[in-house]
Amino acid sequence: MKKILLVLVALLAAPLAQAQLQIEIISGNASALPIAIVPFKWEEAGPPPVNSVDEIVSNDLYRSGLFKPLERDDIIEQPYEEEDIRFGTWRLLKTDYIVIGKVRDAPGGSGHELVYQLFDVHTQERLLSQITTVGEGDLRFGAHRVADAVYEALTGIPGAFATRIAYVTSTGLDKDQRFELVVADADGYGPQSVVGSPEPLLSPAWSPDGKKLAYVSFEKGNSAIYTQDVSTGARELISSGKGINGAPAYSPDGTRMALTLSRSGNPEIYVRDLSTGRETQLTQHWAIDTEATWSPDGRTIYFTSDRGGKPQIYRIPAAGGSPERVTLSGDYNSRASVSPDGKKLAVAQGKGNEYRIAIWDFENARFTVLTPGKLDESPSFAPNGSMVLYATREGARGVLSAVSADGNVRQRLVLSEGDVREPAWSPVIR
Amino acid sequence: MSTAFKLTMAIMFAMTVAACQPKPKPTEPAPVSEPAKPVVTDAALDPSDYTDARNFDNPASLLSKRVVYFDYDKSTVLPEYRDIVTAHSAYTAAHSSARVTLEGHADERGSREYNLGLGERRGNAVMGLMSAQGSRGNQLSVVSYGEERPVCRVSDDTCWGQNRRVEIVYTTR
Repeated sequence: MKKILLVLVALLAAPLAQAQLQIEIISGNASALPIAIVPFKWEEAGPPPVNSVDEIVSNDLYRSGLFKPLERDDIIEQPYEEEDIRFGTWRLLKTDYIVIGKVRDAPGGSGHELVYQLFDVHTQERLLSQITTVGEGDLRFGAHRVADAVYEALTGIPGAFATRIAYVTSTGLDKDQRFELVVADADGYGPQSVVGSPEPLLSPAWSPDGKKLAYVSFEKGNSAIYTQDVSTGARELISSGKGINGAPAYSPDGTRMALTLSRSGNPEIYVRDLSTGRETQLTQHWAIDTEATWSPDGRTIYFTSDRGGKPQIYRIPAAGGSPERVTLSGDYNSRASVSPDGKKLAVAQGKGNEYRIAIWDFENARFTVLTPGKLDESPSFAPNGSMVLYATREGARGVLSAVSADGNVRQRLVLSEGDVREPAWSPVIR
Repeated sequence: MSTAFKLTMAIMFAMTVAACQPKPKPTEPAPVSEPAKPVVTDAALDPSDYTDARNFDNPASLLSKRVVYFDYDKSTVLPEYRDIVTAHSAYTAAHSSARVTLEGHADERGSREYNLGLGERRGNAVMGLMSAQGSRGNQLSVVSYGEERPVCRVSDDTCWGQNRRVEIVYTTR
C-alpha cells in the first residue's frame, strides 16, 4: 500500500501551542475494502465546514487499514438519494460499497443531523440507513459516528472513531522542560491541554464514562495521583502520601480505583473506594507490585510484579486473595492493557535491550509479538479491541504508534515537536 | 465553558504550579575553583575528613561526589560506590541538622511505573546503607523519579548507565 500522509489541519484555534498529531499509515492491509464516501449534501443554513463530513469519514476508515476509500477526484457522480445512485458507475470504479448522505439543521434548534445510507454496489442492497444527531459544535464527532456505524456494518465490530486519546508531551530540556497532559480526538484532531507542569506527568487513565482522567503528577516534588474532569477542569487530589503514589486505574463501574502506594516501604496495589476514600491493600510482598488494570467484569486485577525475579504479569481477585502468575514466557512483561472482551492482554515485552508490544492470549496461553520497535511501551487497547496504541521512539524522541490487534496494520502519530508518550485510549463516548 | 476561559485557567494553574516548585537544583554542582576565596587561612583541608563541610566543594574528597550508579534492573549499591555513601553517612552522622533527599532514577527501558518502583528501591538501598552507618532516620528521605528525569538522552548503554542512579541531594547541610 502506498504511503499517504494524512495531514490533519487544525481549523479551530486549538488552545495549545504545539501542533497536533499527524497520522501516517506505515503498513496497511492488502485486502482493504474499496469504498466510496460520496460528499454529503449540505442542507444547513450556515456555511459548510472546511473539513467536510465525507472527508472525515474517509480518513477514519482509511486509518483503520481495513478500507481503501475512493479518492475524492475519482468520485465523478454525487448522488444524495438512493434513486440517484447509478451502481454501474461505481462498479466501473471498482468500488464495493458506497455511502451517501446529507447534513441538515437538527429539528427544533441547534445542532446537526447527519442522514446517511450505506449500499453494497454489487447487490444494490441497502446495508445501513441512519440518522445521527449531534450538538452545535460536534459535527466532527457526528462524522466519526458515521464512520463507526459504517465500520460496524461491514466488519461486525463496533467502530472506535468517536473516541479520544490522552497522552503526555514533553518539550524543552532541563530547566525549560515542560510536561502537558493532552486530550485529542482519536484522529489527533483538536488537542487540548488538560494540565501542564514543569515537573513530570504520567500514567493517564480514563474513567469508564470518558469524562475524567486520573494521572500522576510530580508538581509537589513527589508523585501524587489526581483526577480531573476533562471538560470542566475540576481537579481532585486522590493520593499524595509518603513514597510512590502511582498507576491509577478506574474500575469498570467507576466506583473504585486501583493504585500503587509505597507507604509500607515498597510498592503495593491498593483499591480505593472513590466515594468513601477507604483503601484496601490488595498485595503484600517485598517486590515491586504496580500497574494494576481491571478485567472488564471488574472481578480481577492484573498487575506487574517482579516477585519472581523479573517483571511479569500477575492476577489477583479484586476483592482480595492470592496472586497468580499470568504471563509464562518472556524475560520481562509489564504494563498490561486488557482487551475489551477480556480474552487478551497487551504488554510491553522486554528481551535484552529491545522492548516490543506483545499480546498474551489467555486461551492458548502464548504471546504474539505485534511490533518491531526497539523501545515500545505503554500499550492501550482501543475500546473495540481493533487496535493497540503504544509509545515508541524514533531516534531520541518519543512518538505514538497504533497497531491492529492482528499486527497487520500500523500507523504512527507524530507531533511536530517534542516527545509524546503515555497514550491512553478513551472508552466509547456516548 | 469557553476555550479561552479554559486556556486562562490552564495558564493560571501552570503559573501556580511553577510558583510552588522548589528551585531546580544544579545537577552535581561542578567542582569549580573559587578564585575569590583566599585559601589557607583555615586549618588545612583534609579530603578524608567527611565531617568537614568544605569538602563538599573539594574535588579531592568523596564528599564532593553525590551520585551513585546502578546495574540494569538492580538496586544493589556496587562496591565502587560504597565509599561515597560512607562519606555522606559520616557527614550526616556528625551533623544532626543535615537533611538529605535520595533521588532514585531508572533508565528509559521498561515501563514507567515499574521504573518508579525501581528508582525507589535504589533510593532505599542507599538509605539503608547510610542508616547502617550512622545517619538518623529523620535525616533521610527517598523520592523516586523513575525514568522521568534522565541526565542523558541517547538510547544506548553509556547513557542508560548514567541515568540509573541515586542523587544524594542535601536540602540542609
